[in-house]
Amino acid sequence: MREPLIFEKSRGGRRGCSLPECDVDKENLEKLIPRKYLRQGTLGLPQVSEPDVVRHFTRLSQQNMGVDTNFYPLGSCTMKYNPKINEDIANLPGFARIHPYQPEVSVQGTLQLLYDMEKLLCEISGMDRVSLQPAAGAHGELTSLMMIKAYYEDKKEERDTVLIPDSAHGTNPASSHLCGFRTVEVKSNKDGEIDLDDLKNKMSERVAVLMLTIPNTLGLFERNILEVSRIIHDRGGFLYLDGANLNALLGIVKPSDLGIDIMHFNLHKTFSTPHGGGGPGSGPVGVKGKLAAYLPVPTVEKDKKGYYLDYDRARSIGKVRSFYGNVEVIIKAYCYLRSLGKEGLKKISHNAVLNANYLMKRLKKYFYLPYDRYCMHEFVLSAEDQKMKDVRTLDIAKRLLDFGFHPPTIYFPLIVKEALMIEPTETESKETLDEFVSSMIQIKKEIEEDPSVVKEAPHNLSIGRLDEVKAAKELKLRWEEKKSGD
Amino acid sequence: MIPYIPNTEEDQKEMLKEIGAKSIEDLFDSIPQNLRLKTDLNLPSLLSEMELVNELKGLSGKNSNLDEYVSFLGAGSYDHFVPALVDHLSGRSEFYTSYTPYQAEASQGMLQATYEYQSLICELFQMDVCNASLYEGATALVEAAVLAHNVNHRKKVLVAKTLHPEYRQVLTTYIEKTLGLSIIEIDYENGVTDLTKLEEKISKDTSCVIVQNPNFFGCLEKVNEIEKITHQVGSLYIVSVDPISLGLLIPPGEYNADIAVAEGQALGGKLNFGGPYLGIFTSKKEFLRKIPGRIAGETTDKKGRRGFVLTVQTREQHIRREKATSNICTNQALNALRAAIYLSTLGEEGLAKLAHLCLQKSHYAAKRIYQIPGFEPTFRSPFFKEFAVRCPISPHKINKLLWDNKILGGFELGRFFPKLENSLLFSVTEKRTKEEIDKLTLLLEDMA
Repeated sequence: MREPLIFEKSRGGRRGCSLPECDVDKENLEKLIPRKYLRQGTLGLPQVSEPDVVRHFTRLSQQNMGVDTNFYPLGSCTMKYNPKINEDIANLPGFARIHPYQPEVSVQGTLQLLYDMEKLLCEISGMDRVSLQPAAGAHGELTSLMMIKAYYEDKKEERDTVLIPDSAHGTNPASSHLCGFRTVEVKSNKDGEIDLDDLKNKMSERVAVLMLTIPNTLGLFERNILEVSRIIHDRGGFLYLDGANLNALLGIVKPSDLGIDIMHFNLHKTFSTPHGGGGPGSGPVGVKGKLAAYLPVPTVEKDKKGYYLDYDRARSIGKVRSFYGNVEVIIKAYCYLRSLGKEGLKKISHNAVLNANYLMKRLKKYFYLPYDRYCMHEFVLSAEDQKMKDVRTLDIAKRLLDFGFHPPTIYFPLIVKEALMIEPTETESKETLDEFVSSMIQIKKEIEEDPSVVKEAPHNLSIGRLDEVKAAKELKLRWEEKKSGD
Repeated sequence: MIPYIPNTEEDQKEMLKEIGAKSIEDLFDSIPQNLRLKTDLNLPSLLSEMELVNELKGLSGKNSNLDEYVSFLGAGSYDHFVPALVDHLSGRSEFYTSYTPYQAEASQGMLQATYEYQSLICELFQMDVCNASLYEGATALVEAAVLAHNVNHRKKVLVAKTLHPEYRQVLTTYIEKTLGLSIIEIDYENGVTDLTKLEEKISKDTSCVIVQNPNFFGCLEKVNEIEKITHQVGSLYIVSVDPISLGLLIPPGEYNADIAVAEGQALGGKLNFGGPYLGIFTSKKEFLRKIPGRIAGETTDKKGRRGFVLTVQTREQHIRREKATSNICTNQALNALRAAIYLSTLGEEGLAKLAHLCLQKSHYAAKRIYQIPGFEPTFRSPFFKEFAVRCPISPHKINKLLWDNKILGGFELGRFFPKLENSLLFSVTEKRTKEEIDKLTLLLEDMA
C-alpha cells in the first residue's frame, strides 16, 4: 500500500502538537511589527493529528532499506553496522543540549573529546594535525584544496592544476573546479592502477596536487604508491588522499608512510556513524606539518587552564562553516574508536578485506571480474557478459531488491563497463555473504532462462521499477494544492 | 571478541580456504611489506559498552547543558521546543541507517519524506523549488552566491553587515579568497541595513545582494525596499531567514527574493554544540538547473503507482564531475527529515502560534529589561525573537552573574562588533516562561 503525502492527510482543525498559552501580557501584533512585515496568507502547512504524523512517518520508514534491515553492500560507502550505544551517548543532554556560544569553561567535556579525537585520527593516519570541521567528505576535499591554494599563494608559486585519476569519485573534480583549479585526468593502466607514464607526462610545476583514493575505487591498493609519491613530490606537488576508502587500512598502514601530505576522513563510512539517508556526515581533514598553519579556524587547543578554541591563526584559510563541525557525528565516531581500541581497529580491516575477498572469490565464478587479484575492502564486477541477454547492471541491482538485498553501487567507477561495486564490510557474517551469493547465482540463472524477470524487477516491493525519465521530464518537485477546476 | 564483527576463527578459516589464501595477512600482499605497520597503533585499549558509557558520561558531565541552565542565548543556534515524536520518528533506524536514496525502490520512505520536506519548505518560504538540504546556514549562503555568479558572471557581492558574522567569515573564505570575487559590506543604521549606503555601493557589477531577515541583531530588514534597489540593477536578491519567523513574517517569495536560504536547526534540530545543522536552500524556478545538491521528484512505476526518485541529477558531481553546479554529495538528509516531521507536527496553526509566542515573550522581556535604569535598546527597529540591549556594566560581567544563577545570558556583541561592546543580544523562544523572564530581569535590576 502506498502512503499518501502528509498534505493529503490534512483536515482543517487537526493538530499534531499542543503548545502552552501565552503567559505574558500580550501586545497588539501590529503595534510590535508593522503590517507590511507580516505574513498575510496561510503557511501552507498540513493539519494532522499526532497519531497521523506518527503513523505516516512510521509507514514511510517501513518503505526504506537500512543497514539494520538489510545487507547493504554499497561499494565505496562502507555501510557497516552503526552501534546503538553511540546513538545514545551522542544524545546525552551533556552533549546534545549545549549551545555553540556557551562559555568555554562550560563545554570542557566536548572540547576534550574533540581534542582527543584529533589525536586519535592523527595516530591512525600519521598526520600532524586534523581539523574536525568539514561536514562531509566533499567539504573536506574543498577545505584541503583551499589550504593547498593558500600555501602556494604564500610561496608565490603559480600552480593551477589538480591531477585526478579516471577512477576517482566525482567529488574530486567538482571540488577542484569550485576551488578554481583546472583538472587533468590521469589514466589507469591495465592493472587498474595509476598509469605511471601518463602521470609523469602530466606532472609539471603547474600541478598543485594529485588527489588519490587508496585503495582506489576498484578496491585495489596502488602498489607503486612510493613511485607516485616521488613523481609528485620531486616537482613540488602535494599528494592528497581521498580517505573515503579507509576501511582496509586501519592499523595496517599509515597514510603518512605512503607519502600523503593531506587527506580527508569520512567518519560516516570507516568510523561507523550512520549515513542518515544521505547525511549528516563528517569529513575531517588531516595534514602534515607544513600545511598545518592553513587549517580552518578554530582549532581545539589545550593549555594549563583547559581546552579552548583557537581563532588566532594568521595563515588559516578562515572559516569553512559556522561553528565547529558536525560535533554529534564526531562524538559517535569517537565512541566507535574507543570501543574498538588499538586491538579492534586492525580486526576491522582484516575482516573487511577477508569478507570482500571471500565474496569476490565466490562471485567471480559467475560474473566477470575485470581485475582478478586480491582486493582490499571492496571489488568491482562487470555485468558486460549479461548484456548479451539484453540485461543491464541496473536490472541486476533491481532484482537483488526482490531477494532482500540492497544492491551494490552500480556504474561506478566509470572505467568499468556495467560496473557492480561491492563492499560487504566487516560487520556481515559468512551466512549473509553466502545468501547474497546464492541470490546472485539465481539471478544469473534467470538472466539465462527468463531475462524478463530480471528486466522488470523489482516485483516484491511496495513499488515497481520507477520511471526516472518521466521524473526528469515532468519535474514535479513539490506537492501543490490542486486549484479548483484542475 | 568484538561484538560488531561476526566472523569467528572457524569462519575465517573456511573463508580463507575458499579464497585459497593461507592467512589474512596474505590478502594484503599488494601493500609493500616495508610500508606495513610492524606494531599496534598507539591508541587506548578497547572498551566494553559499560566502560564506554562510564567514560563518556564522565565527559558529557563536564559540560553544563541547557536542561540545567535557562538559555537566553541564540545568535544562530536556538533552543526551541522539539516535540517528542521528532526523536522517535527520525530515530527509526530504517531511516537513519540508510544511504543516499540512489536505489529509489529501496528508499521510498526517505525519498517521499524528502519530497515532503521540499514541499513544506516551499510552502513556508513561498518559493518555487527547494533542494534536499545543504550542510548548514553559512554554506547554504555560499552556494547561493556561487549560483548568482554562475547566472550573471558579475564579480561583486554585496553583504549586509547585519548578516551573522560567522556567515560573513565563511563567505570571505569561499567567495573572496577562493573564487576571487569581491565582497562589499553594507553598513547598518539603527540595527538594519542602511538603504542609502546600499544604493551608493550597488552597481551593474553587483552579482547579488545578501541580507538576513530577521538579521543577526534580531531586527527586521526593509526587505521590500532592498528588493527594489537590488533588482533595479539586475542583481540577484539572496536572503537568509529564520524559518520559525515565517510563522508570522512575510515569506521571501512574497518580497521577490531570487534565492532564499536558512539555517534550519530551529526546525526540530538539536543544539549539538553547533552541528549537524540543516542548510535550507530554495530558489525561483528559473534557476532550477543551476541549484546545488540533490532534489527528489515525483514519478510513477510501470503500474502507474506514484513513487519518488532523485531527479535533475545532471547538475550533480557524480554525473557532471568538474562541470557540476556544486561539489556537495553527502548532505544533511536526516536533519531535513527532522524538519519535515517537525513542520508536519506543528502544522498550520502550531507554527503560527509558536512564532507568536516567540514574538510576545521576547517583547515582554525587552520591555521589562528596558525599564531597568541603565539598560537601553541598542536599536529601535522592529524585531522578532532577539533584541540587543546596551548595558550599564560589562556584558561579560553580567553573563557571569547570570551564569551563577543558572542562566545562560545573551550573546556578547562586542566579540564581532567592537562598537557594540556594551551590548548583549538576548534571544527569547517559546520555551521561556514568564517566571524565567522575570527572574532574568530581577537579576539585571540587582546589577544596575
